[in-house]
Amino acid sequence: MNISNQEYGELAKRMSPPSAMYKTLPLSFVIGGGICVLGEALLNLYGMLGLSQDDAGALTSMTLIFLSALFTGLKLYDRIAQHAGAGTLVPITGFANSVVSPALDFKSEGYVLGLGAKMFVIAGPVIVYGISASIIYGIIYYITTLF
Amino acid sequence: MPVCRGKTFKYEKASILSYAAVVGKAESDGPYGGEFDEVLEDNKDSAETWEQAEALLQSKALKHAMGKAELKPEDMDLLVAGDLLNQCTGSSYGLKDYYIPFLGIYGACSTFAEGLLLAGAMVNGGYVGNAAAVTSSHFSSAERQFRFPLNYGGVRTPTAQWTATAAGAAIVVPESKPPYIRAATVGKIQDMGITDLNNMGAAMAGAAYDTISRHFTHMGTHPESYDLIITGDLGQVGSDILSDLFRRDGVSIDKYHKDCGLMLYDREKQDVHAGGSGCGCSASMMCGHFLKRIECGDLKRVLFCATGALMSPTMVQQGGSIPGICHAVEITAK
Repeated sequence: MNISNQEYGELAKRMSPPSAMYKTLPLSFVIGGGICVLGEALLNLYGMLGLSQDDAGALTSMTLIFLSALFTGLKLYDRIAQHAGAGTLVPITGFANSVVSPALDFKSEGYVLGLGAKMFVIAGPVIVYGISASIIYGIIYYITTLF
Repeated sequence: MPVCRGKTFKYEKASILSYAAVVGKAESDGPYGGEFDEVLEDNKDSAETWEQAEALLQSKALKHAMGKAELKPEDMDLLVAGDLLNQCTGSSYGLKDYYIPFLGIYGACSTFAEGLLLAGAMVNGGYVGNAAAVTSSHFSSAERQFRFPLNYGGVRTPTAQWTATAAGAAIVVPESKPPYIRAATVGKIQDMGITDLNNMGAAMAGAAYDTISRHFTHMGTHPESYDLIITGDLGQVGSDILSDLFRRDGVSIDKYHKDCGLMLYDREKQDVHAGGSGCGCSASMMCGHFLKRIECGDLKRVLFCATGALMSPTMVQQGGSIPGICHAVEITAK
């Protein structure tokens, strides 16, 4: 080769176009924000229907998760996500999509070794480290309350 | 030019008797959509799973190629085939019912050139009376194996490429009519230290440069000697790097260089980012478009250089880089 790996790496970096952030950032803000606005609207709606603040919050999450699963199944969620980026990844809908999409995909390998085993292939690490972090936080919180 | 060892094979009597390409919906919507032999309905046809659909693609491509040459499975001596899936699933399952002697190969997206090179060598050596090179890739089966579930809302980076849903088959016989296989250079594994799973073009461009320049040296040729130098699936990033690498030697290939990954789709209208990829990308462009142009004499001499990223998701997760490879096959009209 007429080039070292280090020089090649720099060349590859120079030739690789970056994401068009002038476009992706506003889109993710608008679509991600839109999902949050929908969440707020649902929260207010359930509140108006007479539910307590806690119940309305839980029902709002459930509705968003349901809609995300439905849109994933209709093959619409990933299409929206292509434009929304982190806008559809960060809200609770992104988490639902990451569970439903492998479940749909690996159904062909059966309900146990396919769907069941692969369902949390993306969301698994989030759950593991999310729960671990909350336990550590709980221990620290408990210790600080002792004094 | 770099110092090089490793011979370029010269073929005295090997020609491509017939060829065929079968593609999916997105590929049929591309600029060359009308040139393929069959389009797979909704990318699945009668298959129940994506892997079965890929096997079907390969089966259909071989059926069309044999049909054009009026050959039956019992007339065939050898199949040289491979694909991207573990255990070369598309080939093993797609071609099993033909009951033809079979050699499975893996060269990632360089498989079609590897198949042609080996089929040509077996025919030229007189070991077989005919041999078919067959390969395929399928967007959905590849995504499932190498990346994320199909409906996962992850975002592809601008350097990512789109795995083609396509298959190609070419039947090589002792010299009869054009296109003729005249020479071939076996690629060396080139690890350029690229670790980005979404930048296969960069991982493969170094290998393309190495093989093409070795082929030039061995054959005493230069870019102007060819009507076209066709790379497999370098995409935009890989093509730009290849051009830059040759420029460092004071050689310009831009005028003669075409990349199948940049041709298969309409990059303005279709969301394929840096271009197409997969074994089927170069196989379908060769069997659907270029071999026809060579056969009719529109192209006199081309250098077909299919490129492959020999990527192991496990090794990349362990912090390893992505080695690339490129095999070159010289095909002529005379």
